Amino acid sequence: MSVPSQSTPHLDSLYQEIILDHYKHPHHRGLREPFEAEVRHLNPTCGDEITLRVHLEGSAADGWRVADVSYDSEGCSISQASASVMTDLVIGKDVESATAVYDEFLTLMQSKGQAEPDEDLLEDAVAFAGVSRYAARVKCALLSWMAWRDATTQAMGGSTA
Amino acid sequence: MSYDVARIRKDFPILDRELRPGVPLVYLDNAATSQKPAQVLDAMRDYYEQSNANVHRGIHTLAEEATALYEGGRDKVARFINAGDVREVVFTKNSTEALNLMARTLPLGPGDEVVVTEMEHHSNLVPWQLACARTGATLKWIGLTDDGRLDLDDLDRVITERTKVVAFVHQSNLLGTVNPVDVVAAKARSVGARTVLDCSQSVPHMGVDVQALGVDAIAFTAHKMCGPTGIGVLWGRLDLLDELPPFLGGGEMIDEVTMAGSTWAQLPHKFEAGTPPIAEAVGLGAAVDYLTELGMPAIRAHEHELTVYALEALQAVDGLRIIGPTTADERGGAISFALEGIHPHDVGQLLDERGVAVRVGHHCARPACLRYGVPATTRASVHLYSTTAEIDALVSGLDHVKRFFER
Repeated sequence: MSVPSQSTPHLDSLYQEIILDHYKHPHHRGLREPFEAEVRHLNPTCGDEITLRVHLEGSAADGWRVADVSYDSEGCSISQASASVMTDLVIGKDVESATAVYDEFLTLMQSKGQAEPDEDLLEDAVAFAGVSRYAARVKCALLSWMAWRDATTQAMGGSTA
Repeated sequence: MSYDVARIRKDFPILDRELRPGVPLVYLDNAATSQKPAQVLDAMRDYYEQSNANVHRGIHTLAEEATALYEGGRDKVARFINAGDVREVVFTKNSTEALNLMARTLPLGPGDEVVVTEMEHHSNLVPWQLACARTGATLKWIGLTDDGRLDLDDLDRVITERTKVVAFVHQSNLLGTVNPVDVVAAKARSVGARTVLDCSQSVPHMGVDVQALGVDAIAFTAHKMCGPTGIGVLWGRLDLLDELPPFLGGGEMIDEVTMAGSTWAQLPHKFEAGTPPIAEAVGLGAAVDYLTELGMPAIRAHEHELTVYALEALQAVDGLRIIGPTTADERGGAISFALEGIHPHDVGQLLDERGVAVRVGHHCARPACLRYGVPATTRASVHLYSTTAEIDALVSGLDHVKRFFER
């Protein structure tokens, strides 16, 4: 996977094939049971919406594992594909490892196209590197991640962000 | 002389811009803001280079020039909208502030009702929600028909003896609909309610005559009418503005101040606390001169022609649905649409690659989007300098968008 060229922002760096594939064939879509927390997040500038549920296993003492993330969403290709990629990355991980991926993705999105993403950690999510150059689209890519973070915090019994 | 759009475009330096080599700007986001002619930019530069000073204080030459230029802007606006008295023209920051001024100062209380419509921009909805929450009044609204018009069958049910204010939009920024002001205002008058009209999208494109409109107050903003950002206008009938308490307190709006209390300046200064947007008033005056020279009837006719052309061309695009009236009758040139299976954000991004600037999102009119079952729309909107070639570029861009997502 090559990092998109730094010279001219071009749509091919934004709409990578991986993103279009996830958009057309989203993974883990639909709302499922059981779940401990459900959140609804909006992107008020463009009208994107996501309702997302998190199901955790474990305990505060033994550590939490992300057993399932399910969602129902409406939005642009970037926000839809990002939700699909996010669920691939966090389901099955312990919350601590999943949060490390979240942190890395957040850093990438805030990099304005300057970051060298950690491909081992981010896997398909490196395809979003080009999105970080389009300030208006960063929120689209982050919508589902923010919802996951919020729901996970609630599910662990903490306060919401 | 016929309307020479090629000559007019030469007045707008930005319209010559290439976004990237070989990709000229096709600006179809005029309902968000208009571009500015050199005449407006020059007037503001001249003001800063030659006459800059604060207004209504000081007796030196520059202060007097600045005051004359600022008040000259007000005189021009008053003539442009046919105000009966120049004191009826209050400068604000934008339409939003003008509408908030009305919502903050019109007397309301428990049992009173405020009526808006389901097609309001958030700027003519949220201030009234706040006013109702603050005073205990109740907010009601006139619904919409499937073809994007006000549901006038609702009027008698919604506007009642309890109605104190009817606040509604002249031309919808989302749907393009031009509302029948006379019908709504007559109903409001019959129950003794005040009327506030949001003219943000009508003053720049059709011109208004406040004495003919039959409402108590209107709001509009300079930046949508080829003027600068940072200045808007509240026009209100003199007797109404006289009754209302001040909105913001500070310098400029007072008559006499002691530590125990103050009295208020005469209209319009009672509503203009602090140093006003002086250069912006000069720019607005120049914009009004520019529009007047072209002639609002000629501008309106040109934009109507473009609207007819665009509605026809867009409806020929497979899978495209217009959100709002599908004919150009009682309609302006802001056209919202949905493209089947492709989100507006993606439409806007791909159009931008081809230099076509449109607005995507809910256009600060989310309730109307919900009414028509769309989370967002793509909106193309024309102005006095727009051309049929730009509409063609949009339509060809939409074909490109469809091919991109169908590949």
